[in-house]
Amino acid sequence: MTTTDPRSLSSVASGNALELRGVTKLFGALAAISDVTFSVRPGERRAVLGSNGAGKTTLFNCITGDFLPTSGTIRLFGEDVTTFPAHERIRRGLRRTYQISLLFGGLSVADNVYIACRGVSRARFSLLRPRRSDPLTARAAELMEAVRLTEVQDTLVSELSYGQQRQLEIALALAGAPRFILFDEPAAGLSPTERRDLVAILNGLPGHIGYIIIEHDMDVALRVAESVTMMHNGRVFKEGTPAEIESDPEVQELYLGDGSHSHG
Amino acid sequence: MVQIDRSGDPLGDILNGKPAQTRPGWLVQLPLPFWAVAFLLLIMPLIANNFWLFQVFGWSFILGMIALSLMFLAGYGGMVSLIQMSVAGLAGYMVAILGTSGMAEISLNWPWWLNIPVAIGIAALFGTIVGALAVRTEGIYTIMITLAVAAAFFYFTRQNYGIFNGYTGFNRVLPPPLFGVNWRDPVPFYYLTLGCAALSLAAVTYVARSPFGLALQGVRDGPRRMAALGFNVTAHRIAAYTFASVIAAVGGILLVWQNSQISPGTVGIPVVIDILVIAVVGGVKRPIGPFIGAVIYVLLRTFSPDVLTAFGLSTERFKTLIGLGFVLIVFFSPDGVLGLWERWQARRHKRRDPLGDGGTP
Repeated sequence: MTTTDPRSLSSVASGNALELRGVTKLFGALAAISDVTFSVRPGERRAVLGSNGAGKTTLFNCITGDFLPTSGTIRLFGEDVTTFPAHERIRRGLRRTYQISLLFGGLSVADNVYIACRGVSRARFSLLRPRRSDPLTARAAELMEAVRLTEVQDTLVSELSYGQQRQLEIALALAGAPRFILFDEPAAGLSPTERRDLVAILNGLPGHIGYIIIEHDMDVALRVAESVTMMHNGRVFKEGTPAEIESDPEVQELYLGDGSHSHG
Repeated sequence: MVQIDRSGDPLGDILNGKPAQTRPGWLVQLPLPFWAVAFLLLIMPLIANNFWLFQVFGWSFILGMIALSLMFLAGYGGMVSLIQMSVAGLAGYMVAILGTSGMAEISLNWPWWLNIPVAIGIAALFGTIVGALAVRTEGIYTIMITLAVAAAFFYFTRQNYGIFNGYTGFNRVLPPPLFGVNWRDPVPFYYLTLGCAALSLAAVTYVARSPFGLALQGVRDGPRRMAALGFNVTAHRIAAYTFASVIAAVGGILLVWQNSQISPGTVGIPVVIDILVIAVVGGVKRPIGPFIGAVIYVLLRTFSPDVLTAFGLSTERFKTLIGLGFVLIVFFSPDGVLGLWERWQARRHKRRDPLGDGGTP
């Protein structure tokens, strides 16, 4: 019990939480991403930056199994998951949020979070309703509290405000026991206050949870990431610490140029 | 590797799997009209004559159950399946084949406690296999695949004489005389079908809020997201077919007992379509919808010939009436009769609301 935690063993085996080698995804003749190779250590927080069409979301879709890559391998905690269906990767501790909300509009907030808690638990097929003492119900309640949605827990998700839907997205990704999370532009469309809350939530995640965040807002991205991967035209363009990336002249010319000015 | 650096913080506790305090479970409160209708149905044998009990209510409950199995798949799973009548029919056939019928050379004369569960099991297996084929498609293609299998099943029963006795089918298929009761007598049959219908309605309502039912609704709203939460979307959809098939199978066995016979006509394409019509007319958003649809269908089917004859029209015109009703419902209320009712309620509510434009009466 004390010595053999299979999770830590598998991550120790490769040393990386996520490892991409030569991952390429073609849509017809168009290469959305080509020959992407990088790795992320367990607990590491990384930002993936790049202009629209740089292939960031396609990269996420390949990692989670929404698409199978055309070539290359993806390893999760040392295990080759390249051909695994999405739900098998999720059960290994991977989570993601979506840029466009993919929530269950016909269900309440509480049901959404409860489903997310069930997804990685046993008895997904249970025909019995949860009892009052069901720990997952309580877990769902706490998750809602953590993302400040307790007051609207019985509201249909389709009736939530945009900001609340983004918060719910994060709650769903935190359900279960995540080990590695992919955040796809979590701050998009949020107010300055909501952005501050988001940064607080991300920085407050337990240390063993690593993540990759795609973010256009440099202020958010560079405050929540300890390393940065720049993508351009579907390829990895630069890697480094936030400071290195910010001061890199090539990067400034390519991407930060207009953006950094507009952020003042 | 796993370290806790946020002990005491709610979010940190959750992520590190600490137990938490409990919250009241999911409660469903039944409205007053429900109890009124339940009471009325229970004392119905004191009010209605045998024809109403056996022919109108008995048949409505049976068709309602088969349509309910479609409602479960369509309403909660987003899968419009036309195989439900064939699943029901197969269960009915199996009771005739495994149990006792007028076709002594085919029927195996198994006791009721064996042939009924086996018949339900075989029908559920059939529904599951068809489901496994159908769930790989979406929308119109699900309808086409299930319709094709339903048509194939109809022609198979008509042409196969070794098992299904072809065109003739089976007659004298009767319920077992359990507890010394003839369950085909109007009053016992009424309570038998009422009990089965109430049980299946309760089962669907209950399961809709179970982890499986919630996940199924999640699969309906966002299959990609469900996969990203760790759910095997395909397995959930197939399991929904299994669950729905059990309800349809029970309905099919009751149907063969009511008619005391089964033949290919029972599983013909017109009947397959009728089940869809019943579910849509009643409404596929709520489990009670199919039963409302079934009552409307049975009333039209039973009484429209008299009305039509009075107007000097052929009794076959009742199909035109049902067709017109279907078109009107689909046109004015995609949620069926229940949808109309809810909209009317909402409008009445709005008129009473002091903050609404109407003001208080």
